[in-house]
Amino acid sequence: MSGSSAATMKLTLRIWRQKDGKAAGKLETYKLDAVSPDMSFLEMLDVLNEQLTKSGGDPVSFDHDCREGICGACSMVINGRPHGPRKATTTCQLHMRSFKDGDTITIEPWRAAPFPVIKDLSVSRSSFDRIIAAGGFVSINTGSTVDGNATPIGKTDADEAMDYAQCIGCGACVAACPNAAAMLFTGAKVAHLVKLPQGQVERSGRVRNMVAQMDLEGFGSCTNHGECSEACPKEIPFDAIVMLNREYMRATVAGKE
Amino acid sequence: MDLNARIPEGPIAEKWDRHRFEMKLVNPANKRKFTVIVVGTGLAGGAAAATLAELGYHVDCFCFQDSPRRAHSIAAQGGINAAKNYQNDGDSIYRLFYDTVKGGDFRAREANVYRLAQVSVNIIDQCVAQGVPFAREYGGTLSNRSFGGAQVSRTFYARGQTGQQLLLGAYQALERQIGLGTVKMYPRTEMLDLVVINGHARGIVVRDLLTGEVRAHAADAVVLATGGYGNVFYLSTNAKGSNVTATYRAYKRGAGFANPCFTQIHPTCIPVSGHYQSKLTLMSESLRNDGRVWVPKQKGDARRPQDIPEDERDYYLERRYPSFGNLVPRDVASRAAKQACDEGRGVGPSKMAVYLDFADAIKRLTQKGVADRYGNLFEMYERITGENPYATPMRIYPAVHYTMGGLWVDYNLMSTVPGLHVIGEANFSDHGANRLGASALMQGLADGYFILPYTIGNYLATAKQPKVSADHPEFKRSIAEVNAQTSRLLSINGKHSVDEFHRELGLVMWDHCGMARNEAGLKKALGLIPEIRERFWKEVRVPGVGAEFNQNLEKAGRVADFLEFGELMCLDALTRDESCGGHFREEHQMDDGEAKRDDERFAHAAVWEYKGPGQAPALHKEQLEFEHVHLATRVYT
Repeated sequence: MSGSSAATMKLTLRIWRQKDGKAAGKLETYKLDAVSPDMSFLEMLDVLNEQLTKSGGDPVSFDHDCREGICGACSMVINGRPHGPRKATTTCQLHMRSFKDGDTITIEPWRAAPFPVIKDLSVSRSSFDRIIAAGGFVSINTGSTVDGNATPIGKTDADEAMDYAQCIGCGACVAACPNAAAMLFTGAKVAHLVKLPQGQVERSGRVRNMVAQMDLEGFGSCTNHGECSEACPKEIPFDAIVMLNREYMRATVAGKE
Repeated sequence: MDLNARIPEGPIAEKWDRHRFEMKLVNPANKRKFTVIVVGTGLAGGAAAATLAELGYHVDCFCFQDSPRRAHSIAAQGGINAAKNYQNDGDSIYRLFYDTVKGGDFRAREANVYRLAQVSVNIIDQCVAQGVPFAREYGGTLSNRSFGGAQVSRTFYARGQTGQQLLLGAYQALERQIGLGTVKMYPRTEMLDLVVINGHARGIVVRDLLTGEVRAHAADAVVLATGGYGNVFYLSTNAKGSNVTATYRAYKRGAGFANPCFTQIHPTCIPVSGHYQSKLTLMSESLRNDGRVWVPKQKGDARRPQDIPEDERDYYLERRYPSFGNLVPRDVASRAAKQACDEGRGVGPSKMAVYLDFADAIKRLTQKGVADRYGNLFEMYERITGENPYATPMRIYPAVHYTMGGLWVDYNLMSTVPGLHVIGEANFSDHGANRLGASALMQGLADGYFILPYTIGNYLATAKQPKVSADHPEFKRSIAEVNAQTSRLLSINGKHSVDEFHRELGLVMWDHCGMARNEAGLKKALGLIPEIRERFWKEVRVPGVGAEFNQNLEKAGRVADFLEFGELMCLDALTRDESCGGHFREEHQMDDGEAKRDDERFAHAAVWEYKGPGQAPALHKEQLEFEHVHLATRVYT
């Protein structure tokens, strides 16, 4: 059993420090001793921040909340990879046993124009909220519903809808994309709703409006690198982008409602 | 303090219908003239903000997270209860009502709980219509499972991410209204004070977390949906940002705080691994449907679990509670785990854990069958611990998970401050002294979609308060007070971090006001907490300035409130000289170690009124009547 292993690690951290959205930023170097392999990556940063606080320094800002991989708040590029080296793992669920004694770790914020840096590793992802506000919903008011079992939905469709619906809105897909495209994020919502009968009524308007908002926010276009799906901590399939393109063509070129 | 619950007359099954008819309505054309503030965007707040906007009100909505989609409801795993009886197994509104009152150990208000069970069925319909991808059967119907403490299958779920999917449903409804301009959303904005004018809640003072600006927002009514206070223990399953500040500051402005000592300890969490631990992770208790809980029969047995033969294992839940087995309610399961560890039979490096074993389930269902049900939970466990739970049993231990206490509300979900409504986990709610699994999501959405939107209309139609603006002197006074506290925190410039004090408080709370409590321990805690608080205000270092994005300052303000609130919790736990549900006073137990209630003296909600700094709070009581579910000892054997 690995349980709690006694051996600790010494690490060198290179962390992006930026006072605010206007200031220029740069990588600063910090040394950290006695890192336990059972610590989470964020707990390792907590230890650094505690040291900085007690020695009169300025702790590193970073976003985090649930620390169990579901809220989507944590957002760091670790050694060049969004959320770090482990597949299907958010930063908060990454543990130090994925690193070795003596490692140098470089930590940077998401890099994309539609995700402006607020401070250090914290960025704004409100552009994602605006994409959802443009059409990522079913227009149903509270109360005007039929019984939950009135419309049967096949298990396969329900399961596939769930595969796309599990997006946590962290933005790793954008951070990983050389074009800073948000098509995996947008496609995941479009695909989730198009798989279900409830999503049919607004099918065309939804995809048109969400894509228009995505462009307005300044996200780039997909050129089929597939880095987004690789970086996605929830493993949203690349098919989401195929679905997005197909739905968009259907709604615009074919002009279907 | 007026604690009239305003329970409607008539038979319990007709109260809500009757009340809906009797309540005053706001004319559709007048709704847009009213502004409602909603603080918090979890299931309760998100649902309420969206629904109020659909009805035509103008809504100003606030959350401290960077997006309303990240509220902590998102982390709920297991499911949501509803009395649909789709499984034809004998469920009904009355049974869900009965189970909830009994599960709460007779410390909840019957009329509210009945209404909760009634509207539970509407919630599922609503969520399906929004496109929530609930689990389905091959025939296309909704799938159900049975869940902690229930003998019927009434729990709806979306893999192990039910809270996420329900929250995204509410979030999308909210974003739709934001897009339509009916809701003005303020993310990364934290409420720091409630403003009361002429006895009515008329707005809030907030800090913009991006710029540090402190400003006022006026409204016709205020809704708090700010969640629970489990982080008073430092280590809990709550998100790191979850805090008591909004409800505690409302308490300081006159809202009664009910049953603060009622906290829920969840039996199936991943054990603590070291001093650096920043939070605890829950493993959904749906795991108890197929996993078997055990410890070695021998004290200090250091063998690997697979080397311990069957007859040397103690499946203590199955042994002690043969009819419920591993599915006993959370408080019962948690205390039994503590007992096993206290006896020296705990497992793992810390010896503060018990096994949750899936070997039999894998034999019965195959590994793929188990993966289909719990795959994502198994992966999460493996990521955190580095162990493969298909091959070796999980290690689990109880952790603070939910708080049943909260601001007191009447049947209309209004606090003791007129105009201040409180919904979801933030109110003292429907769960009594113990919440059943899959009932938090139900209550949050019931309050937000189907109860508050009606009752707040009645308040707005009858309150007849003059319009106020954010220039009112009360707002200015409150802004000055908030700014003064900020300056004070930043000027201490001591040698210790905020977290050091938070950890110290958490340990005192866990040791003396946790799974088991006694008079001596609570009195000790009541001596220790003011001493920690005093040192905090002398020795803390909060780096940075007020007029910037400053996460240290945010945290310091929240911990300052926890350092006062912890004392109120211990006082409540000391005053409630009985055991009930999650509140276990060691002095009051049955011969078999079960909680022993004292209905003669304590069949009430204990409501605390703030009396000023340094003053003891005043205790008021709402007597609880049990007309339908007769007071009885909970038996799960």
